[in-house]
Amino acid sequence: MTGNQFTEGGTNMTKVSFKVTVNGRAREATVPPRMLLSDFIRQELSLPGTHVGCEHGVCGSCNVIVDGQAVRSCLMFAVQVEGSEITTVEGLTQGDALHPIQQAFWEEHGLQCGFCTPGMLATAQELLAQNPDPTDDEIREAISGNLCRCTGYEFIISAIRSAAVKLRETDTETTPQPV
Amino acid sequence: MKPSAFSYECPNDLQAALALLASDGDTRILAGGQSLVPMMNYRLAQPERLIDINRLSELDYIRDDGGVIAIGALARHAAIKSSDLIKEHFPIVAEAYDWIAHAAVRNRGTLCGNLCHADAASEMPAIMQILEAELVLLKVGTSRVIAAQDFFLGTYETAIAADEILTEVRIPKPAAGTGWGFEEVAMRRGDYAWCTVVATLRISDGKIAAPRIAMAGVNDCAARLRDAEAALTEQTPGASLFDAVADTVADAATPAESSAGSAAYKRDLIRALLPRVLNDAVTRAT
Repeated sequence: MTGNQFTEGGTNMTKVSFKVTVNGRAREATVPPRMLLSDFIRQELSLPGTHVGCEHGVCGSCNVIVDGQAVRSCLMFAVQVEGSEITTVEGLTQGDALHPIQQAFWEEHGLQCGFCTPGMLATAQELLAQNPDPTDDEIREAISGNLCRCTGYEFIISAIRSAAVKLRETDTETTPQPV
Repeated sequence: MKPSAFSYECPNDLQAALALLASDGDTRILAGGQSLVPMMNYRLAQPERLIDINRLSELDYIRDDGGVIAIGALARHAAIKSSDLIKEHFPIVAEAYDWIAHAAVRNRGTLCGNLCHADAASEMPAIMQILEAELVLLKVGTSRVIAAQDFFLGTYETAIAADEILTEVRIPKPAAGTGWGFEEVAMRRGDYAWCTVVATLRISDGKIAAPRIAMAGVNDCAARLRDAEAALTEQTPGASLFDAVADTVADAATPAESSAGSAAYKRDLIRALLPRVLNDAVTRAT
């Protein structure tokens, strides 16, 4: 990690350089330490699919996958992801095809305005990687940290239940792929 | 909301972190960041410097040290929640984690960071006090051990000094036959507790032995309920005893009015939850 001195708003801060892999693509960046991972993803990487809701860890809209785990990107600093692998909603699609979880959300009407959806997808991705056949209660528990103000959640639960079936079928047809 | 500017250090070993912490400056330790970063986003905390300890893999452990289970500063809530050692020796901790934050937060947040944050509505400060955990505080050249009951001084206030790191929590394994109870009311699981009551006890010759009770979310700081413990010791468990103790605790409580409800409502919660917790603990004691 290297640093160079600069001044912003009268405060001396040292920018920090780091490398990170986002959606399979190696990136290098130099940012001030106070830049949140959510802002880094949206502004520096121009990946606006990650949504910023509350910015204090309550709403789950900004959830992304860091090294296989769902995390709140508003509660990490960008400089902390040095050497990590990140998947955002832009990295879910396989070419032009929706990921099976996205397809299930489409089919089951698991979204209305779509603001919470990228965070819901990250949460669902982690849940289904750990538990390929969750009960409805387990789905409810998993998404309890993601707020949706439109759907009433029922269609999201249906979507994740349907996605679980799709992913299990995919697994039996092909070599298992990490989601 | 964005945090104010700070300088950032990310040492590769504990000694380097301690040396950095010994130098002057308004510095905070960054572990999981799940309490500190929201405070910074709100600008309730504006440290000039953060020391990120996430590379100190030597602090990432949950270890059986014979009479105690030792949990390092980088052990995440998710790891503790799913740990077989924790489930075996401290089922109350595993149970409580269903009420603590949500999966994405538990993936990053740490027990030690949670204790240092010392939120009045946080569950673990109460649980660590009834389990009589000890906290290991390190600084350059020296260390000290402090009992959990002496660590929490008030809302967001602890006994840690500016140049110290909480590196380890040491929880003694409970005596055989210890029963436990945990009850909480919150808007939804994972949100701030409106009232949490926790207890452990044993039953000896039909009488209550070594009762330990603590409460969070009501007063300005999670704390043991010593008077209630004394009132229960060597008594025969029963509904009228538990209701009387709960009444006394509720009357002595100093809850603040909040969006969670009136002070009277919080006292009602104590009257409802404390007898349930004691009943569960008696039922589980063998």
